Amino acid sequence: MYVIIAGAGKVGWNLARELIAKDREVTVIESDHTRFRVVEEELEHAVQYGDATELWILERAGIQRADLVIAVTGDDEDNILICQVAKEKYGCQRIVARVNNPRNLQHFKLLGVQPAVSATDLILRLIEHEVPEYGLIQLLALEEEHLEIIELEVAEGCEAAGKRVQEISLPDGSLIISVLRGGAGFVPKADSVIEAGDQVLLILDPGLEQQITPQFAPGVGASA
Amino acid sequence: MFILIVGCGRVGSAVAKKALADGHEVSVLDSDPLSHERLDKDQTASWEDAGGRFTVSAALEIDGLIEAGIEQADVFIAATRGDNTNLVIAQIAQRRYNVPRVVARVADPGRAKWYADQGLHTICPTQIAIEQAERMALSA
Repeated sequence: MYVIIAGAGKVGWNLARELIAKDREVTVIESDHTRFRVVEEELEHAVQYGDATELWILERAGIQRADLVIAVTGDDEDNILICQVAKEKYGCQRIVARVNNPRNLQHFKLLGVQPAVSATDLILRLIEHEVPEYGLIQLLALEEEHLEIIELEVAEGCEAAGKRVQEISLPDGSLIISVLRGGAGFVPKADSVIEAGDQVLLILDPGLEQQITPQFAPGVGASA
Repeated sequence: MFILIVGCGRVGSAVAKKALADGHEVSVLDSDPLSHERLDKDQTASWEDAGGRFTVSAALEIDGLIEAGIEQADVFIAATRGDNTNLVIAQIAQRRYNVPRVVARVADPGRAKWYADQGLHTICPTQIAIEQAERMALSA
């Protein structure tokens, strides 16, 4: 497999290293001469100097036989055009583009440049995975024991607000263990009333969050 | 016609002034507020008094392009100093906002030709210079 990487920044250089270590044939293209010299010391002939948005530079790197083109420069316009040309002019089947500014993701999609990878988006997705819904905080995960403790804010007008604990239908494997109200906390009994604005702590089997959160934060629950 | 010009350099500003003088509605967008001076140079009235519009924004910023009127534009001219910026925003104007006439300045002859083959109107100053130089220097 022959891979062309546009941009020898941190991402491009490290990608090249990893791919070369996996015995892939790689050419990195770097337009900054100083950077090129630095990277060349390690990658030698696997890095070429030039502006990868120019067709003859891509051709010199052998784009006609490239199986994969990865555009990871620090400039979104450059990444879009490199991939667009690779795909539409040279018929390269597989492209990967880096999105520097997540707001530009729509332009990558519009011009058919996909997959487009945004570090910001990736991290956001990880955060959302850790915190599946707004208003839910994972306090503790006891992975060995297969239990977790979460904190939820009781939204105004939600199903649970104003109800006694025994009236709130929670799935098996979950339990309200504490209520925080007005700076103080208490352990509720079956007839304790949950109020809007409370923070409730629940212990549960991992994966039950989605069944639980809708009762405390209606409107947000369905989407996640 | 409503003409949106992105990039208020020598080309963008000159075309803008001509278009306004010809009676068109003209909006200019540039990231540099000082580039506005080019629009007032050698004019009796200021750009705004003469009816022109000017928006300060990065070229690849949808909010800025909308403020400058990309949704209403009949003609879109991409004339920033960056080839890649011009090619990207011209395609956005064409494909997303369906601007009927889109023109992009592209200094690199190779890509100017290829994108022209794909249906984008490109102007390549380099190619024009090459042809003129050849004509002047090499013709008998």
